[in-house]
Amino acid sequence: MPDRRPLSFQDLILELHAYWSARGCVILQPLDLEVGAGTLHPATVLRALGPKPWRAAYVQPSRRPSDGRFGDNPNRLRLFHQYQVILKPNPEDMQELYLGSLAAVGIDPARHDIRFVEDDWENPTVGAWGLGWEVWCDGMEISQYTYFQQVGGLDVAPVSGELTYGLERLALYVQGVDSVYDLAFNDPQSPDFKTYGEVVLEAEREFSAFEQEAADVALLQRHFEDMEREVPRLLAARGRQGQPLVLPAYDHVLKASHLFNLLDARGAIAVAERQSYIGRIRDLCRACAEAWVALETAAGAGR
Amino acid sequence: MAQYLLEILSEEIPARMQPGAARDLARLAGEALAAAGFAEARVRTFAGPRRLTLVADDLPLAQADLVETRKGPRVGAPDAALEGFLRSTGVTRDQLEARDGVWFATLTRRGRPTAEVMAELAAGIIARFPWPKSMLSASGRTRWVRPIRRLVSLFDGVVAPFAIDGLQAGALSEGHRVMGQIGPFAVTDFSQYQAELERRFVVLEAEARKRRILEGASALAAAEGLELVQDAGLLEETAGMVEWPVPVLGAFDPAYLDVPGEVIRTTMRVNQRYFALRRPGEAGLAPHFICIANIVSPDGPDLIVAGNRRVLEARLSDARFFWDEDRKTPLEARRARLAGVTFHARLGTMLQRAERLEAAARVLARYTGADPDLAALAGRLAKADLASGMVGEFPELQGVMGGYYARHEGLPEPVAEAIAAHYRPQGPSDAAPSAPTAMAVALADKLDVLVGFFRIGEAPTGSRDPFALRRAALGVIRIALENQLRLPLGELLGALNGGEPPPGLLDFIRDRLKGALRDQGARPDQIEAVFALADDDMARLAARLEALARFLETADGAHLLAGFKRADNILAAEARKGPLPKGAPVRAATPDEEGALFDALAASAPAVEAALDREDFAGAMTALARLRQPVDAFFDAVLVNAPEPEVREGRLRLLAAVTALMRRVAEFGLISG
Repeated sequence: MPDRRPLSFQDLILELHAYWSARGCVILQPLDLEVGAGTLHPATVLRALGPKPWRAAYVQPSRRPSDGRFGDNPNRLRLFHQYQVILKPNPEDMQELYLGSLAAVGIDPARHDIRFVEDDWENPTVGAWGLGWEVWCDGMEISQYTYFQQVGGLDVAPVSGELTYGLERLALYVQGVDSVYDLAFNDPQSPDFKTYGEVVLEAEREFSAFEQEAADVALLQRHFEDMEREVPRLLAARGRQGQPLVLPAYDHVLKASHLFNLLDARGAIAVAERQSYIGRIRDLCRACAEAWVALETAAGAGR
Repeated sequence: MAQYLLEILSEEIPARMQPGAARDLARLAGEALAAAGFAEARVRTFAGPRRLTLVADDLPLAQADLVETRKGPRVGAPDAALEGFLRSTGVTRDQLEARDGVWFATLTRRGRPTAEVMAELAAGIIARFPWPKSMLSASGRTRWVRPIRRLVSLFDGVVAPFAIDGLQAGALSEGHRVMGQIGPFAVTDFSQYQAELERRFVVLEAEARKRRILEGASALAAAEGLELVQDAGLLEETAGMVEWPVPVLGAFDPAYLDVPGEVIRTTMRVNQRYFALRRPGEAGLAPHFICIANIVSPDGPDLIVAGNRRVLEARLSDARFFWDEDRKTPLEARRARLAGVTFHARLGTMLQRAERLEAAARVLARYTGADPDLAALAGRLAKADLASGMVGEFPELQGVMGGYYARHEGLPEPVAEAIAAHYRPQGPSDAAPSAPTAMAVALADKLDVLVGFFRIGEAPTGSRDPFALRRAALGVIRIALENQLRLPLGELLGALNGGEPPPGLLDFIRDRLKGALRDQGARPDQIEAVFALADDDMARLAARLEALARFLETADGAHLLAGFKRADNILAAEARKGPLPKGAPVRAATPDEEGALFDALAASAPAVEAALDREDFAGAMTALARLRQPVDAFFDAVLVNAPEPEVREGRLRLLAAVTALMRRVAEFGLISG
C-alpha cells in the first residue's frame, strides 16, 4: 500500500465512495444549494434527528465567502470540498472504520502518526453540537469526528457519529503537494491531465470578487428577510399527505444561512448584530427540526 | 488478601481531563470501599489516552459478617407487639432471648463475596463518574467521556462480572491501536497487565510517559547541541495524548525566526503541541521543534517529521503574514476599531474600556512612581492589539503583541513594556509587573474590571466567577505587596467608580488579601487581629502582620499577649457588673508595681505612637515589649478588685489604658493564646 501511486483528487473521492458504500452507506450527491459545510445537508442535520437508523456518505462543496483569497493563497479557498459520512446510531467500531478509510486512500496508520485530539464541534446557526476530535495525520488536521448530542436545539436519540474529511487537505497530504492549485485533479497519466487550479482557479478569482466586493448588500438583505418569512409559511402549509413542508422549509433556512455568510463577507454585519442574525437562523432551523422529528416519529408509529 | 482490577477502555479521552479522572476514580473508589467495609484496601489509579485503570490491593475474599442485636418489646407485652417485632427482624419466637425482662433478637448479616461487591461498586462508579463534559452512548442509556469499548473487571484473577449498557465486563484488554500485536489479551493480575501493556506499546503510568518524553526529547535536543524550552503544561498534555511516546525532532526554515519568539512558541504549542528548542545560553529560539508521536514507524521517523514540518511551516507562514500586516497599522489607528468590540453589554465597548484605562493609569501613576503621561498613553493603547490579526488568531498573545507593535512604531520603552505586561500576573506562576508604568496600567486594568462588574452586581458567587474577578483581585494584591506600593484602596476604588466604591468590593479584596496572606503561612487569628484595625492599605497591613507574627514568637510577645488577655478578661468581667470608670489613669504611690506599670505605660505610649507614625511596626512592637515585665509584676503583686472603690477604679483605668495602647498595634483580643 505505501508504494501505491498517490490518488488524484477525484480518485480520492471515488475511493471513499467505494469504501463507505461497501459499509452500507447510501452514497448521495451534494446538496444542490450553497452551504457552508457538509453537516448542513439535510441528510445530516435532519436525518440525525428522530429514531430511524441512517448511514450516508457524500461530497459537499462548502462555501465560506469570508475565506476567499482571490486565488492568491495556496491554502485558503472560498469553496472547498468536504467528504461527509453519517452513521446513526454510531457503530461500536466507528474509529476502526474511520482508520480503515484512511488506509483505503493510502494513509497507513502504522506509518503515519494518527491522533484523535479533543475538539468538541458546534454550529450555533443550526443549534448543533457534539463531542469528538479533530483527527491529526502527522500533525495535520485531516478530519473532524463528532458524536452529535444536539441538532436544531433538540437532543438526539440515538446518537449519530459524523465524519468530515477536508478533501483538499487530505489530497495535499496524500499527493505531497504544497499548493492546493497544484493538486492533480484527475490522473496525471490520463490523456487530458488537469490540475486543481485549472479546474477551480477562475471560479475562486471571480467568486472572491463577487462575495467580498460586488454582491449587492441591499438585495442580500431583502432576500434574507424573504427566506425568513418563507420558512414558517412552508411549515404551516400542508402536502398531499397532510404533512408540513419540512424539507422545502429547511432549504430556505440554508438559503438564509448562506445569505448571512455573504452579508458577513461584504462586511455588512456589525459585530453587535451578528448574534442576532445567528439566533434568527437558529430559530428557523429549530422549527424545521421539531417538525421533522414529529413527522419521523409519527411515521415510525405507522403513519 | 486479594486484588481487584478494573480497566475502562474507551475512545480517546481528552488529555486535559485525565489527571482529574485519575483523582476522581481514586476518591470514588476509596469512598465506596470504605462504605463496603474495605477501608484497609490500597487503591491506585491510572489515566491515559484510552483507559482508566483502578487496582485495589489487600482485599479480603468476603466482607466480614455483621452481628447486630435489636431490642424488642417487654416480656409479656401484647402479642401484636411481639408479632410486629418478629416480622421486622425476620427471626422466630424461639430465637429471641430475654434479658432483664426485654426480648432481644440477634441478627447476623452474612458478608457478601468481595467479587460481587466490587463488581457492583465498579458499575456504580461508572454510572456517576463526574466527567467535566460527557456524552450519551449510542443507545442513550449511559454517559461517559467518549464511547466505552471494553471493560476488564477481575477479582483475584477471576472475572467479577457486570455490564454497562449491554457491554459485559471480562478479562480481555488490548494494547496500542496500531503497533505490535493487535487484538485482545487475557489479564490475570495487575503486574501481568502492566507488563503486557508495556509489551504491546502502552505505558500505563502518566508519570512514566512524562519521563520518557522529557528524557527522549532532551536527548534528541542534546544530539543537535540544543536544549529543550521547558514547558510543564505541554509535557502534561502530550503525556495525555500518546500511549507510546516517541519524541521526534524536526527543523523548520530559519527565515521564520524573524517572527517574535512568543509567536513561534505559541503556534508550536497551541496548534501543534510541539516543544521549542534553543541553543544553550541563547535567548532566541532555534529553528527546530520536537513533536511527540504515538508510533514508531517501520520506515523510521522521516515521513512523520516531514509531515509535521510542512504543517508547522504553513502555520508560521500564516503567523508571518499577520506579523507583517499588523505592523502596517499604528496602534492608535487600530484602537479606533475597538469601538466595534463589545466588552460587556452593560460595561460598554473595548474603546470605552481603553478610555477608562487611560484615565485610571494616569491616577495610578502617582502611586507607582510612573510618569503620568506615559502611563496614560500605555493605558490608552493597551487594548489596541485586540483588533490585530495576530491576537485574533492567538488570543493568548494579547498584550505581548501590543508591546511588539508599540516598539516597532518607536513608542517609549516604558509604554511598550507596560502594554506587554498589563495582563500580568495571569496566575500564581506568572510574575507580577514591577516597572512603574507597567504597574500603573496593570493595576488600572484589574481595578477597572473589579469596579465595573461589582457596580453592575456581577460579584462572584460560590464557585461561579465567570469574569475571573478573584484572579483580578489577586493580581492587584500581588502587584501591591511584591512592590511595596502604598495604595489607599478605598479612595482609589471610589475615584474609579465616580464616588463611593461599589458595594462589597472593598471586602471582596480584603478577603482575597486575607487568603493570600494565609497562603503565605500567616496565622488566621493574627490576620484578623491586624485587619480589625480598619486599614485599607494592603502593603501596610502585610507589614504590620509580619511584625506582629515576629513579636508573638518572642518571649516578650507571648507574655505580653497573656497579660493582655488577663487584663481584657478582668475588664470584661467588671464591665458586666456596671460601667467601667472613665478617664485617664493617675499614678498610684503604692504599691510599687502599680506605679511602675503606670511609668512604663507613660514611657512606652509615645514611643509606640511615634513608631506607628513612621509605620515602623517592629519598632512599635519593641516599644510595647517594655510593658511585659511591669505587666507581669503588676498581676503577680496587685489585686485589681481592691475593697476600696477608688483604688479598684484606678487600677481598672490603668489596665484599660494598657489594652488600649496595645490595640493601637493590633487587636490582641482576636489572637489565640
